[in-house]
Amino acid sequence: MTAYRYQQGLTLYRFDNLADVMAKASPLRSGDQLAGIAAITAEQRVVAQRILADLPLSTFLNQTLIPYEDDEITRLIIDTHDKVAFAPISHFTVGDFRNWLLCETTTTDLLQDVALGLTPEMVAAVSKIMRNQDLILVAQKCQVVTAFRNTIGLPGRFSTRLQPNHPTDDLNGIAASIFDGLMYGSGDAVIGINPATDNVAQTIRLLSMLDEVIHQYGIPTQSCVLTHVTNTIEAIGRGAPVDLVFQSIGGTERTNMSFGVNLSLLQEAREAALSLNRGTVGNNVMYFETGQGSALSANAHHGVDQQTCEARAYALARVLDPLLVNSVVGFIGPEYLYDGKQISRAGLEDHFCGKLLGLPMGCDICYTNHAQADQDDMDNLLTLLASAHCQFIMGVPGADDIMLNYQTTSFHDALYIRQLFGYRPAPEFEEWLARMKIFSANRDSLLQDTMPAKFELALRSLEEDR
Amino acid sequence: MSKTTKAPTATVTTNPWQTLSAFTDARIALGRAGTSLPTRALLDFQLSHAQAIDAVQAELDASAIRSGLQALSYRQSHPEVYDVKSQAGHRQQYLQRPDLGRKLSEADTFALQQQRTEQGFDLAIVIADGLSACAVNQHAVAFVDALLKEMSFAQCGWSLAPICLAQQGRVALGDDIARALQARMVLMVIGERPGLSSPDSVGLYFTWQPQPGCDDAKRNCISNVRPKGLSIQNAAKRCQYLMQESYNKQLSGVALKDRSDDALLTGTAQSEIFLLTSTTK
Repeated sequence: MTAYRYQQGLTLYRFDNLADVMAKASPLRSGDQLAGIAAITAEQRVVAQRILADLPLSTFLNQTLIPYEDDEITRLIIDTHDKVAFAPISHFTVGDFRNWLLCETTTTDLLQDVALGLTPEMVAAVSKIMRNQDLILVAQKCQVVTAFRNTIGLPGRFSTRLQPNHPTDDLNGIAASIFDGLMYGSGDAVIGINPATDNVAQTIRLLSMLDEVIHQYGIPTQSCVLTHVTNTIEAIGRGAPVDLVFQSIGGTERTNMSFGVNLSLLQEAREAALSLNRGTVGNNVMYFETGQGSALSANAHHGVDQQTCEARAYALARVLDPLLVNSVVGFIGPEYLYDGKQISRAGLEDHFCGKLLGLPMGCDICYTNHAQADQDDMDNLLTLLASAHCQFIMGVPGADDIMLNYQTTSFHDALYIRQLFGYRPAPEFEEWLARMKIFSANRDSLLQDTMPAKFELALRSLEEDR
Repeated sequence: MSKTTKAPTATVTTNPWQTLSAFTDARIALGRAGTSLPTRALLDFQLSHAQAIDAVQAELDASAIRSGLQALSYRQSHPEVYDVKSQAGHRQQYLQRPDLGRKLSEADTFALQQQRTEQGFDLAIVIADGLSACAVNQHAVAFVDALLKEMSFAQCGWSLAPICLAQQGRVALGDDIARALQARMVLMVIGERPGLSSPDSVGLYFTWQPQPGCDDAKRNCISNVRPKGLSIQNAAKRCQYLMQESYNKQLSGVALKDRSDDALLTGTAQSEIFLLTSTTK
């Protein structure tokens, strides 16, 4: 273990090792404080950032933050590192790397070329010496395109997950939220349900319903029930119509153990989903959710700061070629991200790190009621992430998830972004919205004032029942 | 095709699917001003958020809960009630230091140790503010009343430790309390993280042979106990049933399967989903 020293004025600063430098260099957040690894003073933080800026990027290939022998994520990072892709930037320090990323000559293509040469630690390190505007500018240059029944991440496109959760999984309750969401043009990233009852029978029941809805209305999108990967594997075995495999993942082996998963299990699940061959325009079948703080929460962080742990989760996601990766940034609570400022910073970091590593990053821009945050904070982060060209966000009715008890972005919020930036949904889905006469053909308004015939029929059947 | 209603001077477009609100409490069919939230819906949301924030900051109304509990009866006597505190001194600290909310204060540890009996207790009930004191202020006494009746009805004959009212408590605080009292099982009745539409939701966690540092996988949870969620009567029934199972099998947590859940799977049938039936009629 190398210790790091730095003379600043009259004070000699000492950092135990690379992980300590990384943790102390992190912008302030409650989770690192809770772990006892955050900088004690503001000056110590900037000193750590200066040390970090002067470190060669290759340091992270030679000094692992979590030992190779102890952790399969470290092994994955080291074993899959692409030296050829790394070569053009291998002589950079972290500080040089930041400068290079910001150069106007560092184009989308160049960023894509180096992606596999970057490790999570390198991108986490550089993010720690970047301001919010840097994180936005560079992420906006990255482009990651994935596909299943539609194409996500194309320039000028912005997608939404329709999240129609219901506290008892009542099928009509879920259908009501799906109806509402579709009428507002939501659901091209995925129609994804968090089940209240988390077992195989329920998973199959919900999957069957989503499959029927997608089929009957001819919606070019994919479905997902966000249950444990083992439930999805079993559901596939029982013939359920699985489009995407969901799993929460973290950045250390022990974090993933606490989620009951590992690399080989996730590979098995991916193979199972691929074997169904249900994609029409692409075969990205995985949907991952992550979030800073999960490693600490599982007591599995090895003294590594929560933002670096988060970036390490993306290394795991990357080898599984996902359709969607979603940082659920404010869900975990104020002991990890205390307020709107910390949540916003974390959201921008996660999006930047994921994109730079080559992942289709979206963000669940959210908060809980015990965090110091409100709708204004969500508006700020939403606008910032959209300007960074985040691939997708959540859509729940009125921003209120009545099953998970937190607030995330609403159907209306996505339309605000469409108005502000002119972003359109995935092309296949957009075409469907136009055909259904949900989105308007005229440029003065996004939505039509009339009900699509098929959906009006569904409503009328309900009235006839009474 | 029905036109969505728009009066000549109206700035708000309403949604003609309000009838779907019968199926869900989700904020659907809100209408729109442009594509944004209409003022009414915006302020409805802000009111709910304000209530949820207030619920987090609210304090446990210990005296009201205490007198409520002391009026109940179980095995021909009234429950004893103790006030205890975790090591989190105040709300701000509680929110940022979950570890302190899990530990019983030293003074209370000592006080509870004095209440031990030779045989030990079968069950310790703890009522904690958690993240919504409003929830327990409103529902804890009614729940304990219902539970004690279920226990009497089932004639399980469990000995009951003094009921603890805990301030700034998290779920694992029950482990410290159970150890201090020497109880074989602990039931934590705690205010859940308030949702926007459910600031008054109670969570129930029971643990067989709780130990400090106990893994969450060793607990069973019944959540969303509130008038508009899982009713107090049903929660009490389910809780008593599961605790009895736990006693019989001498374990709790993931190994204790909640068979009573099977009944919940019969809900709306696929053929009854409004979104899917239209073309067949």
